[in-house]
Amino acid sequence: MILNIENDLNRFRQIVKGRVRKDLKRYMSSGEIIGKQGDKFVSIPLPEINIPRLRYGKNSTGGVGQGDGDEGDKVDGAEEGGGQAGDNPGEHLLEAEISIEELAEILGEELHLPRIEPRGKKNITSVRDKYTGVSKVGPRSLRHQKRTFREALKREIIGGTYNGANPVLIPQKEDMRFRSWNSKSDPQSAAAILYVMDVSGSMGREQKEIVRLEAFWIDTWLRANYKHIETRFVIHDAVAREVDRDTFFRTRESGGTLISSAYMLVDSLISEFYPPEEWNIYLFQFSDGDNWSAADTRTCIDLLKNRLLKSVNLFCYGQVESEYGSGQFYNDLRGDYGTDERVVLSKIPDREAIMASIKDFLGKGR
Amino acid sequence: MLEAYLRKSRRQLPSELEDARQRIEAIARGHGLDFFDTIFEMCDYDEINMIASYGGFPTRYPHWRWGMEYLQMQKGYEYGLQKIYEMVINTNPSYAYLMDNNAFVDQKLVMAHVFGHVDFFKNNAWFAHTDRKMLDSMANHAARVRRIVDSVGESATEQWLDTCLSVDNLIDPFRDHIRRMRPRDAEEEPTGPASHKLPAKSYMDPYINPPAYIAQQEERAQAAAERAKNFPEHPERDVLGFVLEHGRLNRWQGDILSIVREEAYYFAPQAQTKIMNEGWASYWHTKLMTEHILEDSEVIDYCDHHSGTVAMRPGQLNPYKIGLELYRDIEKRWDRGQFGKDWLECDDAVAKRDWFRATNEGRAKIFEVRRSHNDVTFLDTFLTEEFCRRVGLFTYEFDRKSGEYLLDSREFADIKKKLLFMVSNHGQPRVYVTDGNHANRGELELTHQYEGVDIQLEWASHTLGNLARVWGRPVHLRTKIENKDAVLHHDGDHFAYEGPKLIGAKKP
Repeated sequence: MILNIENDLNRFRQIVKGRVRKDLKRYMSSGEIIGKQGDKFVSIPLPEINIPRLRYGKNSTGGVGQGDGDEGDKVDGAEEGGGQAGDNPGEHLLEAEISIEELAEILGEELHLPRIEPRGKKNITSVRDKYTGVSKVGPRSLRHQKRTFREALKREIIGGTYNGANPVLIPQKEDMRFRSWNSKSDPQSAAAILYVMDVSGSMGREQKEIVRLEAFWIDTWLRANYKHIETRFVIHDAVAREVDRDTFFRTRESGGTLISSAYMLVDSLISEFYPPEEWNIYLFQFSDGDNWSAADTRTCIDLLKNRLLKSVNLFCYGQVESEYGSGQFYNDLRGDYGTDERVVLSKIPDREAIMASIKDFLGKGR
Repeated sequence: MLEAYLRKSRRQLPSELEDARQRIEAIARGHGLDFFDTIFEMCDYDEINMIASYGGFPTRYPHWRWGMEYLQMQKGYEYGLQKIYEMVINTNPSYAYLMDNNAFVDQKLVMAHVFGHVDFFKNNAWFAHTDRKMLDSMANHAARVRRIVDSVGESATEQWLDTCLSVDNLIDPFRDHIRRMRPRDAEEEPTGPASHKLPAKSYMDPYINPPAYIAQQEERAQAAAERAKNFPEHPERDVLGFVLEHGRLNRWQGDILSIVREEAYYFAPQAQTKIMNEGWASYWHTKLMTEHILEDSEVIDYCDHHSGTVAMRPGQLNPYKIGLELYRDIEKRWDRGQFGKDWLECDDAVAKRDWFRATNEGRAKIFEVRRSHNDVTFLDTFLTEEFCRRVGLFTYEFDRKSGEYLLDSREFADIKKKLLFMVSNHGQPRVYVTDGNHANRGELELTHQYEGVDIQLEWASHTLGNLARVWGRPVHLRTKIENKDAVLHHDGDHFAYEGPKLIGAKKP
């Protein structure tokens, strides 16, 4: 083929990866898919570079539509502005319904996420027996009456000894049929995801939204990799408490920040509910990185080293940027654990960074 | 070279399809459609995605955005989100691409549709000046760009291309149709107040030469003299043309800018006639399919796909549907005599509904319409209140309070106004060069023809930066923000804004 699309495609990929033409970075948009995650419909995440052109801004919204409704009714699927037409070829947009599994697959494919290898000793398999077939040998207690008599009937008909007026069947040894079973081993890989979030005054709505979106994708991915998943949510300011999912994303407290309080609570949760021998444990922490004191940070690092890191598969720390800027905790952790492969640190300054951060977190396949 | 390539790689249509093609072509010509020779190519989905990402022209200059388009189409197809049914390009002969795994009935539908498009390309006045050998021209452009890449390097070329593409909508879509600038000396008017005065006796003078009239004449002469000093003399909409002519580009940069401009002009009529073109093709595929071509067994599949093509999702406007319905409406009206003075002056709704005068000019009328109109004039002339009500059109607006789009109005005037706004200049701001020597420093002053809608500032700042790089001197854009005068400046490095204070807006 003379077509050069491969070259153009490679060039585009290089630009997206930031290898060449860094000046285009500011026109790049990606990860829009996350923002639009509805009930069932999602769009596919695709990087896009928009060459800037003169165009209308905010107050050009609105347009013309067709259908039922009265003034003031909500219009579904309305698009901003006039929409682009012109040299596009005719195409159909089909709406696709995408399940969570497919979503996870797409996510994995787009971000090149490795499948997770559950830790060895936790790969306990339970063996379950299931009667699935019939065999010619077996214990009497498992004799399959119906099959046995059917075989006897077949034999008598073939042999011409069957007498319809006096239908007596006497199964012989070769007629005997027995139930047989298969042993099926079920991997019992189970995972616990523990989310910790800082809800001190400095975490705003936008930061929570970022955490919520990121948590959604992490959940989606891990659920595709484990049979059984439990999630727990811990929020903290100066004290930590466990909450349900809803509260986790809603609460806004004011006051100081003692990260160690959350670590202690997590530690007690793990020792009470999730013995590391049976569970793959994932700890995700989101914070703006402002801890109360250097002393508390030291306590945290001690707790991590001596307790938490010994039991978790992966400890991920995501630092969001609040309106007060970004804190010190990221650097403290990096100083101590920058090379530890159980620890992943990531900065999430805005929504655009979510994709990259998910890749950081889950890219290790642990 | 390119023709040779297309000829070589062309896969003959299977005999079954070839027969269908000949039949459809004969029937279409029999109905009065008049099109260029149309060559159909069979492609698999990957090839058709490739060609589509090049906008239908397989040999265009190298650029990342084709790769981006391709990636999006590829992903869209693989995840079952979108599928290209037809693609046809405006050349002579015309090339159309068929997807090889479409069902037979779909292929027939696409062929009928394509003949409609090609007829439109050939006959619509707005396409009259397009380059019918564009396949070759595109290949030449590609060769020129490649040569430039060889001499100045890939990144520099590409960066300049991006810069030029950023301003490629600053063209005058009517350039080829209206002669704006008359030769200078033809316009030369006799100057000086003396020439306006007719000889008269002193007591008759105030009557023969009324002072107000004389003053007006003088003013006009002065304005003409003033205009002659202006550069450009009249606001110039072909910004790119102006820059090419008067800018200070070096050779290869000018070469690329002219390529970008040429291609923008080539595609402009397609944007100007989207509704008409798609409507026309849809009109003909339904006509040909339902009256001649469909087999009984294909009816269900045909209906399924046709309805998919013309379906309107709530709140969205489908050009296929609007165009198709309007052509049918026109045909019906001109068949029944629903036009002219009597019709327009009739206020009686019942009489209008039952109006019938056997004029039978419908078919002739739609052929005339497809020859001379573009989307703006098409809607302006033929969109009727009856039509809006029957199709159920409405306007919607974004409601800031609820963050949702709400149905705004079903008034005919509102709908028409909004529709015309959407299709005028392709829904983009109209910008003119008003001064090519601003402040006597060789700076470029543009004026945005404000129509109540603000320009998007962040994008404008980037675009102006690119334009400043193209012009080589600072540029200024006069516009209005929230109905107050504003000027945007860019000197190639820095952006500056003068105008009403922006509340809550992101700093550009």
